[in-house]
Amino acid sequence: MPEATRLRSLRATPAWRTGTRGAAVCALALAVFAAILLVAGKDPVRACADTFKATLASGYGLSELLVRMTPLLLTAVAVALPSRLGLINVGGEGQLYLGAWLASAGALAFPSWPAWALLPLVLVLGFLGGALWAAIPGLLRAARLVNETIATLLLNYVAPLIVSYYVFGPWRSTESSAYPQSAAFADAALLPPLFDTRVHAGLFIALAALGCYWLLMEKTRWGVDMRAIGGNPEAARRLGLPVRTWIVAALALGGGLAGLAGMGEAMGIHGRLREGLSPGYGFTGFLISWLAGGRPLGILFMAFLFAILTAAGDTLQITQGLPYSAINILLALILFIVLARRPARGGGR
Amino acid sequence: MTTPLALGVLAGAVLSGTSLLYATLGETLGERAGIVNLGLEGIMLLGASTGFALCAVSGSPWLGLGGAALAGGLANLGFGWLVVARRANQLASGLAMLFFSLGASALVGAPHMGAVIRGLPKWRPAFLAALPWVRGTTLFNYDLLIWIAVPVAVLVWWALFRTRWGLGIRAVGESPAAAYASGRNPAALQYQALAAGGVLGGLAGAHLSLSLTLTWAEYMTSGRGFIAIALVIFSKWRPLRAVAGALLFGGAEALQLQLQARGAEVSPFLLEMCPYLLTILVLLAWGGSRRFFAPAALGRTFYGPD
Repeated sequence: MPEATRLRSLRATPAWRTGTRGAAVCALALAVFAAILLVAGKDPVRACADTFKATLASGYGLSELLVRMTPLLLTAVAVALPSRLGLINVGGEGQLYLGAWLASAGALAFPSWPAWALLPLVLVLGFLGGALWAAIPGLLRAARLVNETIATLLLNYVAPLIVSYYVFGPWRSTESSAYPQSAAFADAALLPPLFDTRVHAGLFIALAALGCYWLLMEKTRWGVDMRAIGGNPEAARRLGLPVRTWIVAALALGGGLAGLAGMGEAMGIHGRLREGLSPGYGFTGFLISWLAGGRPLGILFMAFLFAILTAAGDTLQITQGLPYSAINILLALILFIVLARRPARGGGR
Repeated sequence: MTTPLALGVLAGAVLSGTSLLYATLGETLGERAGIVNLGLEGIMLLGASTGFALCAVSGSPWLGLGGAALAGGLANLGFGWLVVARRANQLASGLAMLFFSLGASALVGAPHMGAVIRGLPKWRPAFLAALPWVRGTTLFNYDLLIWIAVPVAVLVWWALFRTRWGLGIRAVGESPAAAYASGRNPAALQYQALAAGGVLGGLAGAHLSLSLTLTWAEYMTSGRGFIAIALVIFSKWRPLRAVAGALLFGGAEALQLQLQARGAEVSPFLLEMCPYLLTILVLLAWGGSRRFFAPAALGRTFYGPD
């Protein structure tokens, strides 16, 4: 087997320059967002201060950032991996919900199992759920029937309905509660928390996933194969690479990671299955991956940044009555500026 | 209510399908010029929230309608600037527009959530109201947007296929280089198509908030924008076929609403999945072969004479 060749990144820009460019983009986006806040009658300076207080100024704030980062890292890699083949996976939301659903099925079916058996089962099921949900668009794309962007987008709407059906129906908890949810999972199924915070072991899974992604892309032959397919699918096909298998595999792998994110939210944060597990983690993951160019270190940094921004959204909602969704404007501005700045590379698709 | 199910579904199909039709027509214009706008969902949300907000503030649904159309057109022009002037990736730009619109529509609509508005007035011609099977249903009791929906589809068809402007639009979508060589300005044509498409998308959203539900809720379009994008493919990029597609999908939505209202044993969640699953099935069955009918340069960036 030939040694894995090492492909150096084609962009020779030094890290500091990318960093300052990124900072400039963020600064511009923040400026425009501040203007919009002013027009909406809110106080941007106070928003900044409140966000800082809620995120970086305390140990608890930092731990909450890690809580947010955990699913974001996973959903970002869920997008980045297929993007190496040129595939666009916008189905992170749906894959997340399906992973949570399947993992919950396992936890509810075997509550008496010991942790060393139940936890791995739940992990595998979470991965499988997301993987299967992404494999459907993968198969459709491999058979050249449906574009995976549209398929993953549409399935995003179906997955939460599946969860809702089960939460309102067969799995509905008999405990009285303000909203419908499943029965609490056995302790054996829950991801252990770190210290006294809400950060759970899922963070290590997320970091491990990021590491594996880096390993896969940089150090293995599969990574080279994937980039070959992404660069020129027709040439790759003629070289004998199994492009169609790769399409399904890449989407399934990515979906599996998003499924793990869902499993993490259900088993690590909530301890049950309920509606509204994800405030758009799937979509935010897409943004993160896109802005980071699919690169692992960039994903880590952007996930941290977006954790702060989404925390800002929550803070603004509490302190100034701004709808949480308004923070999407800031996220969109960042993407907008990046898209508007980039010089036209060969062949926009 | 003893209206037969079929009649109820038909009536509901027209109500639900109108918004889908406008959105599909708008997207058809843009795609015929070679531009895919994944942010169509966002354009509809902007139209819905702007229309609702203006109506709540001024009391006039007509002002709301106008504002929605304007908001949609301007937003699509912003998207157009990214894609045409900056030559950005169309899919990513569309999603950027989607995000922006999610937030902007929430911002615009939030102060007015729960407001009671006077929606678009409805008319029913007397001779139709007299028919016994019409009375008691919503059939033919429509607001302006529904009444002019099919004429608008015909107008879009006529503009695309019977005018020089439409020929230019379609030329840009097939081969911008050839259009440029023939003396046309591809960028200008694309902007025009997007502006018109944005207006239609804004109207599509406005119909939801100003007529169908008379409310504003975040994400209220629930993926109709993406269904419309699928409908464009399903209708082979032809405005007149879009009418049939919109009725079909409006019917699917109406069917699940009717079944829910009649107390069917099926869970409402499973019923709500139907439109999305139907869309995927339709794309599965016909999408692959349909792609040969797409404008040849759809999705590609034109780099100009250099």
